[in-house]
Amino acid sequence: MGSDLTTTDVAGLSRLLSAGEVSAVEVTRAHLDRIAAEDGALGAYLHVEAEAALAGATAIDEARARGDELGPLAGVPVALKDLVVTEGVPTTSGSRILEGWRPPYSATLATRLAEAGTVLLGKTNMDEFAMGSSTENSAYQVTRNPWDRDRIPGGSSGGSSAAVAGHLAPWSIGTDTGGSIRQPAAVTGLVGHKPTYGSVSRYGLIAFSSSLDQAGPMARTVLDAALMHEVIGGHDPRDSTSIDSPLTGLADAARAGAAGDLRGVRVGVVRELGGDGHTEGYEDGVLARTREAVELLAGLGAEVVEVSCPSFDLALPAYYLIAPSEASSNLSRYEGVRFGLRVGDDGSHDLDEVMALTREQGFGPEVKRRIILGTYALSSGLYDAYYAQAQKVRTLITRDFTAAFTGVDVLVSPTTPTVAFPIGSRVEDPIAMYAADLCTLPASLAGLPAISVPSGLSEGLPVGFQVMAPALADDRCYRVAAALEAAQDAARGHRLLDELPA
Amino acid sequence: MSSISRDDVAHLARLARLAVTDEELDRFAGQLDQVLAAVARVGEAAVADVPPMSHAVPLTNVLRPDVVTPSLSRDVVLAGAPAAEDDRFRVPRILGDAE
Repeated sequence: MGSDLTTTDVAGLSRLLSAGEVSAVEVTRAHLDRIAAEDGALGAYLHVEAEAALAGATAIDEARARGDELGPLAGVPVALKDLVVTEGVPTTSGSRILEGWRPPYSATLATRLAEAGTVLLGKTNMDEFAMGSSTENSAYQVTRNPWDRDRIPGGSSGGSSAAVAGHLAPWSIGTDTGGSIRQPAAVTGLVGHKPTYGSVSRYGLIAFSSSLDQAGPMARTVLDAALMHEVIGGHDPRDSTSIDSPLTGLADAARAGAAGDLRGVRVGVVRELGGDGHTEGYEDGVLARTREAVELLAGLGAEVVEVSCPSFDLALPAYYLIAPSEASSNLSRYEGVRFGLRVGDDGSHDLDEVMALTREQGFGPEVKRRIILGTYALSSGLYDAYYAQAQKVRTLITRDFTAAFTGVDVLVSPTTPTVAFPIGSRVEDPIAMYAADLCTLPASLAGLPAISVPSGLSEGLPVGFQVMAPALADDRCYRVAAALEAAQDAARGHRLLDELPA
Repeated sequence: MSSISRDDVAHLARLARLAVTDEELDRFAGQLDQVLAAVARVGEAAVADVPPMSHAVPLTNVLRPDVVTPSLSRDVVLAGAPAAEDDRFRVPRILGDAE
């Protein structure tokens, strides 16, 4: 793939823009042109803000020409997953029930990105209400993996992964409830970081499972991801779960990691995530890339040990009780009265019937399955056996992490057990679809930071390597991931994404 | 652990205000039965003395100063509604004919 403005990483674009070597309009237009040429085939975007993006870029260029003080990211384009609420810009969460909705306010992270001078290219496709691992649950369109267009781009942030891997945006925002940043990043050869729960404000993110949802960066390099995290993160009084402490040093951690010295860093390889006796469902190529990545870290001076976290075996069942339970409550707000779709309001139906008809037509099958499952798990008489039991398992998983982190600084595993699977292959089998989240769920349930960084290819498709850290130690994820990225780039002589079929 | 029947799914769909079709009931009952069998594995955990965890970070009630701050205007809010009348949300009748 040739080098132009759409293949330049954000750190590079920032330098070019700050030095005045390119204009924001040139950068934005290069991306809009590529979207116009390629997105018909990829299906990454649900909505492109072409005119507004060019107007925003023009304003940045004018401000720079006037000599205004601009931040380092001014003029860098960005794509947002379509559950990030954006004032006046269509926001659907991948659902028909919000088709045509133009929100009256913006999410905190969208405001912070705008204040940093970034230019919104558009809103990316996703599984409806972020429920899925393939983006096939979008009510609108299929999104294809740029590495193989017959395969899924991961999910639920699959539009965001396809846009960045396909060079239709230099970086994007994803959200992660059970792995929806890390798994799509893994299967498209990107870096994706799920921050510590509370690190990034949830204000203005359309809720799926409130105790798990976190937004985070999807980027082509670890440094770019860290740069974005620093922009969007930090305390927000509008989110009561937002952590009130400074968020700094993430980009510095990525730069330090890229220097390649991991002496003194203790790395724990989680046995239950692809280790001995726990390889069922994992592809050989994924396990091989994971072993090689661990050896590379050891070669950089890290001290590697195997760690056992026995409760991780129950992360998947616990998650698929907790998340649907919270979703069944969160999605009760779609009642066809205050915003969104209304169906059957013809005078012959009362409010209850209009509500049921609206939700029947507005929600897709996976959303209905999860609402029904959540309603079941929360019902009286079953609550203790399902929801309360799952919450106790959540405690056990957190205790396993706490115990493990007394002996190691980070935990590592594959990000997802397989490479990108063919479109359509798991649509009618929810259990097979859920297995894509096997490795990402423990950190989600414990609220811990976790990053996915490419570890190479298997059968021509990207494999992701996950680095998990204690709460608020996101910097460790960036440091270790950057060390792996730099060592692999140096060994192969180019970035993994350079091998993307043109 | 119990399994989930077609009638259970119909009842839950009513509770959740989903006017599901017969075809969906057939399909969801089978799929949800499989999902339930998989998630029921949480019952294997020994959790007798384990407290439940609802959130990853300890939650405390967050208060803000009791001062008036700007909020969305009525017109802006109603602009997003599927139906509005007389500066209010218009709601279908809330009682059936017989009530």
